[in-house]
Amino acid sequence: MKKITGANAFIEALRCEGVKHVFGYPGGAVLDIFDAIMDAQDIGFILTRHEQAAVHAADGYARSTGNVGVCLVTSGPGATNTVTGIATAYMDSIPIVVFTGQVPTQLIGNDAFQEADIVGITRPCTKHNYLVKDVADLARVVKEAFYIARTGRSGPVLVDLPKNIMSSLVSFKYPEKIGLTGYCPTYKGHQGQIKRIVSLILKSKRPVIYAGGGIIHSNASDELTAFARKSGIPVTTTLMGLGGIPARDDLSLGMLGMHGTFAANMAVTGTDCLIAIGARFDDRVTGKVDEFAPKAKIIHIDIDPTSISKNVKVDIPIVGDCKIILECMSNELDNHADILEELHSNMQPWHECIDEWKEKQPLRYGKGGSIKPQYVIEMIEEIAPDDTIISTEVGQNQMWTAQFYRFQEPRLFLTSGGLGTMGYGFPAAIGAQVAFPDRTVIDIAGDGSIQMNIQELATVVQYNLPVKVMILNNGYLGMVRQWQSLFYRKRYSHTSLAVSPDFVRLAEAYGAVGIRVSETADVGEAIKKALSVNGPVFVDFVVDPEEDVYPMVPAGAPINNMLLV
Amino acid sequence: MKHAISVLVDNQAGVLSRVIGLFSGRGFNIESLSVAPTLDPEKSQMVITTTGNEQVLEQIKKQLNKLINVIKVVDYVGRNFVEREMILVKIKAKSDTRAEVLRIADIFRAKVVDVSHASYTLSLTGDKEKLSGFVEMLSPIGIVDFIRTGTVVMEREMQGRRKLT
Repeated sequence: MKKITGANAFIEALRCEGVKHVFGYPGGAVLDIFDAIMDAQDIGFILTRHEQAAVHAADGYARSTGNVGVCLVTSGPGATNTVTGIATAYMDSIPIVVFTGQVPTQLIGNDAFQEADIVGITRPCTKHNYLVKDVADLARVVKEAFYIARTGRSGPVLVDLPKNIMSSLVSFKYPEKIGLTGYCPTYKGHQGQIKRIVSLILKSKRPVIYAGGGIIHSNASDELTAFARKSGIPVTTTLMGLGGIPARDDLSLGMLGMHGTFAANMAVTGTDCLIAIGARFDDRVTGKVDEFAPKAKIIHIDIDPTSISKNVKVDIPIVGDCKIILECMSNELDNHADILEELHSNMQPWHECIDEWKEKQPLRYGKGGSIKPQYVIEMIEEIAPDDTIISTEVGQNQMWTAQFYRFQEPRLFLTSGGLGTMGYGFPAAIGAQVAFPDRTVIDIAGDGSIQMNIQELATVVQYNLPVKVMILNNGYLGMVRQWQSLFYRKRYSHTSLAVSPDFVRLAEAYGAVGIRVSETADVGEAIKKALSVNGPVFVDFVVDPEEDVYPMVPAGAPINNMLLV
Repeated sequence: MKHAISVLVDNQAGVLSRVIGLFSGRGFNIESLSVAPTLDPEKSQMVITTTGNEQVLEQIKKQLNKLINVIKVVDYVGRNFVEREMILVKIKAKSDTRAEVLRIADIFRAKVVDVSHASYTLSLTGDKEKLSGFVEMLSPIGIVDFIRTGTVVMEREMQGRRKLT
């Protein structure tokens, strides 16, 4: 067999995995790969302006498509710059593979130029990682990396590629099978447990489904919606689960938790049967954990056994894939059509109670005065096409988007939930736009977060990626200021962004379009104008500086203890 | 409650640090740890002794199982198993105490593995309690140095039989 270089074998391996796009940044240790990738016309390379952004872009690509996102950077600082992006993907279970360059094997451990022990550094924030020490292992490692990233509870995998390995010769053969004895995720749920779950549900009077990101990852939103409609059980979702059930569906309660809706938090507190699906009882969801769903029998469906009974003791656990299990649960409901009727009538008072909560305490905000950020989000939803992909940064912009933008479908909302990474939204939007060049992609940002990866303006202009960035500019690190306002006697320690660039001129300086909006009456027009531009646009909305996110559950309080507007 | 957990892993560089990193990163406790290759040189066997309540132990086992390089996890609590640990003790042994040291060694069936004019080095194998008793008896005489291997365990074949030791 003809021998090729490690770098060319690497490109071949990417082809075998069906990789169409790679996000990254070159450097000394990966020169061989970059030389090879130049000839790979079928693999589009997107040069970001920072390695962190390359990982977030791969992450946004993965979240919007469901396919594995790929990132390629150099050794040392290139590799360490990816850590925040990897940790972000890890916390939200996003399938990406990050390839890092490494110094030649004979120099590893010598504190060589641009050497970093990236396998050691990323061990706790990757699902798995590899250092390729022999070019003969390369194809197997790449195959395993992609397999591990996308199967089971998906997550990031890092592969470290020493420079000499990339220039060594190898006869390339992509393995057909995976040989990982210690890794075999469970997909099919235990049939007996499914029967127990359904019989518990049928006996309940006030059931609630609490659905998380697992619904999105396993493409189970249709199954979830079907099960909810068939059973008539209301659904609240986590931040990561938004879009798992159409937000405008009557059964949707919106998001729960710290900034959840009144109805969702009250329903979870009052429920007698909580059905957690693909969710992990995060502290931002549960509030005071002892008083979370205090009256409920808890059912927990998750693909990751470690998520079960980690934070909250569960009555009926079931390990497996949400999609498969929800299908089985729907079928099981059909076997009990008579009792199902009974459930529907038993739930009548519960639905009336929920409707009353929804009616009395809807999401709302004060009108009048300067532009309200919530209004901007409502207008974006009204004007943007149905298949618009929305990313956010982290903080108030993120929570307002989660509350006021009603996501009707999965994979339209890209946000850093678990890690809460400022600077995520803009590069994630780049990744989504690369995946879907013809769709509208909007990053809803704050004036703080956007500056954490603002250099990506160069990327969107270079590749003419028509990402629209809507900056809710309140002159503050708003969420931190909100906490200072509520819990630190309004002592705004270092949260005022006294100096920010003129975002309009900054966008223009990079060759993008900038628009500023200061009047409520102009918001709609500005959004329309931005969406009509065939290229990247920054819209700088000068919004009410002291607007807060409500409802809010103070840290450590039970979630029915909400501060309301 | 103390648990001895045996963990069968791929015998590869970095696997030990994955296991240890898991314990430190999640705040789990390691009391002792022993690692060595199995008959199959591609695999290693670890024995970790740890403490924690039921929920913590459940998490430890699940998290270990989640590691890609971990093939099998067995918690020996509630099982009938043989437990052994080895200790090496270097002890002061001048003329006035030499006989006493040997007597204690004899009682515990320890072996003298090194000798000098001023010291003995003893080796002893047994379970935790036996080794602790041995150390306690030797302490007043003057321990110069000592080292324990950490516990290794193996399940007994005949589950009904009473412990022999």
